[in-house]
Amino acid sequence: MTDGYARRPRVGLFVTCLVDLMRPSVGFAAARLLHEAGCEVVVPRAQTCCGQPAYNSGDRESAKTLALATIAAFEGLDYVVAPSGSCAAMLKLHYPRLMSGDDDSERRARGFAERVHELLSFLVDVRGLASVPGNYAGKVTYHDGCSGLRELKVSGQPRQLLAMMPEIELIEMPATQACCGFGGLFSIKFPDISNAMVSAKTASIDQVAPELVLAGDLGCLMNIAGKLSRQGSKIGCRHVAEVLAGETADPPIAHPRAAS
Amino acid sequence: MTKTAAFEAGVSAALANEALQHALADVPAGFVAGRARQKAALPEFEGLRRTARDIRDHTLAHLDAYLEEFERNAVSAGSTVHWAATADEAREVVLSICRAAGARTIAKSKSMVSEEIALNAALEAQAMEVVETDLGEYLIQLRGERPSHIIAPAIHLRAGDVADEFRLRHDHLDASRDLATPEVMVAEARSVLREKFLAADVGITGANFLVAETGSAIIVTNEGNADLTMSLPKVHIVLTTIDKLVPTLADAWPLLRLLARSATGQAFTAYTTIVTGPRRPEDDAGPQSCHVILLDNGRSELLQSEFRPILRCIRCGACMNHCPVYCAIGGHAYDSVYPGPIGAVLTPALAGVGEAGHLAQASTFCGRCEEVCPVEIPLVSMLRGWREQAFAASDDWRSRTFLRAWVQLAKRPRAYGLAARIAAAILSALAGAKGILRRLPFGERWTRQRDFPAPQGTTFQDLWKRRERDEGPAP
Repeated sequence: MTDGYARRPRVGLFVTCLVDLMRPSVGFAAARLLHEAGCEVVVPRAQTCCGQPAYNSGDRESAKTLALATIAAFEGLDYVVAPSGSCAAMLKLHYPRLMSGDDDSERRARGFAERVHELLSFLVDVRGLASVPGNYAGKVTYHDGCSGLRELKVSGQPRQLLAMMPEIELIEMPATQACCGFGGLFSIKFPDISNAMVSAKTASIDQVAPELVLAGDLGCLMNIAGKLSRQGSKIGCRHVAEVLAGETADPPIAHPRAAS
Repeated sequence: MTKTAAFEAGVSAALANEALQHALADVPAGFVAGRARQKAALPEFEGLRRTARDIRDHTLAHLDAYLEEFERNAVSAGSTVHWAATADEAREVVLSICRAAGARTIAKSKSMVSEEIALNAALEAQAMEVVETDLGEYLIQLRGERPSHIIAPAIHLRAGDVADEFRLRHDHLDASRDLATPEVMVAEARSVLREKFLAADVGITGANFLVAETGSAIIVTNEGNADLTMSLPKVHIVLTTIDKLVPTLADAWPLLRLLARSATGQAFTAYTTIVTGPRRPEDDAGPQSCHVILLDNGRSELLQSEFRPILRCIRCGACMNHCPVYCAIGGHAYDSVYPGPIGAVLTPALAGVGEAGHLAQASTFCGRCEEVCPVEIPLVSMLRGWREQAFAASDDWRSRTFLRAWVQLAKRPRAYGLAARIAAAILSALAGAKGILRRLPFGERWTRQRDFPAPQGTTFQDLWKRRERDEGPAP
């Protein structure tokens, strides 16, 4: 282990509002991976949303209210880890900016930000995870979510983790770093542009014809899966944590439920 | 129609325009791949970006002093310097110079500033013929369009469109002539434009940079048209803005090294000209007089604002080449002089947030623009800054009410948890075994073109609580 904790570090899982509402299996997969990485996982009940929809809509005051609530919810934990590049970047990079001009809050936000990590980079860069529980066999491609990629430099880590599964075949699609067109509220404010962008993304996915599209952000995945579904594609979409943790009992995003 | 609705209508038209979509599809292989090759071939590329940013920031921090230095040196080199606070003033200066020169024909090389002040219409209203001499700019002048890209104004056109336009407009030539290749079309434009260069009384160029220590303008092109524009007519007007300054010639060098690499993927533009005043007694060519017009048009206000970094811009267009929104809709859909990410940041500053604030909304904040910007402009933060101003000024009560109601809920974890449980259960039940919703109540803007993935049915918080209750706290 590469960090300095003698005991198991206590990690607060920032579930993200999308995972909480849409796909709890991603949260359990993240918890499993953190456990494998020698962490104690804590899920503060007072967390809701990071405030990004307000922040990116220009509503700084609302974003600040939610940021302060989130910081308070994760008080006393060694780390805060989110299975999303976009939410992690909000917590890590934007909370301190949001508080600028208010010395006390800014200091708290900076202290908080130091403990925040995106899940995949935390597993690799902080915890040095050497093996994963999952053992997916098949052809996958990985979509680089914009915030994780550009704001947090998450790019090698997910690929390194996927390579720990001997039977997986990772095939890079063309333009893997191109935005999928989700952009939070952008997807409903400008549906036609968003659709053009996600259509370009699914065309690029089709070129490598994987069984699964993986990504580290549920927002991108819902957008890509929703488009693939509308196009009648059989290609599945999953959060990369599900595959790494071997938590694949639930069908892929937007796929029919298995008859029970 | 609101500004946003008008923008959306333009977007729909652009997305449905097959010829445009074909043209835009070439951008990644052209400009984007070209820049990537140049960056890979230049180990100091990233360091150069920081140097360039610092040069621009330093200049902007001392802009008043450098402007005065420029004026002194330009005047001693024989130029006349004109200060224009507004677009109106700049147009008036150009008109009076042209009138004094008795101008009937005016040659222009590509200038975005002239677009900004709608110069051509003003000159034509005075019965002066204006001829754009950059090939792309000439094409859109023939078509009565505005540039759809700041360095490739006719990027929305394909070779076939150009041939059609030439056949229509160059009606003095044989209608059955061969226009099958770009080479033939370029040759035709060249011979048509050569006549105009020779007839022109005044030549108007922009400036890529102004050099304070020498009073010079630096102008780059790939066609050499600016060189003819500034050297054949008897009057040369440099129409530019106050933010184009650099302190010294040495400072211009890193910026020039980045400009072409970032813009077209060339190591250097084909023509890079440093022009310092009119013809000197010992010169055997050149204009008799040289005028430099320094336009402000809101820039000194920007200089004092949080948006100052936008004035670092060297107009390479890399942000638009790499922007997934620009590459989907092209430049005309923005309906502003400057399109793409730079346009979405600059236009609200020039035209007002009420007029152009909606452009800042049309971004996923993917951040590719700032990743490639040669002067490291924090474009995403600037876009967010305009959104903040728009939110503060907005009468859009629907978004405001929605956001505020959602925040009231999100700051109450128990109520939020209950609402999430209910929403997950309802959406999941509506989807049934299909796992998707083909139509989402209140979400038709999503489901018109995409399915909405069904939630798994229970929230994570709920399931985690159950697990802790059943199994005790996680090990």
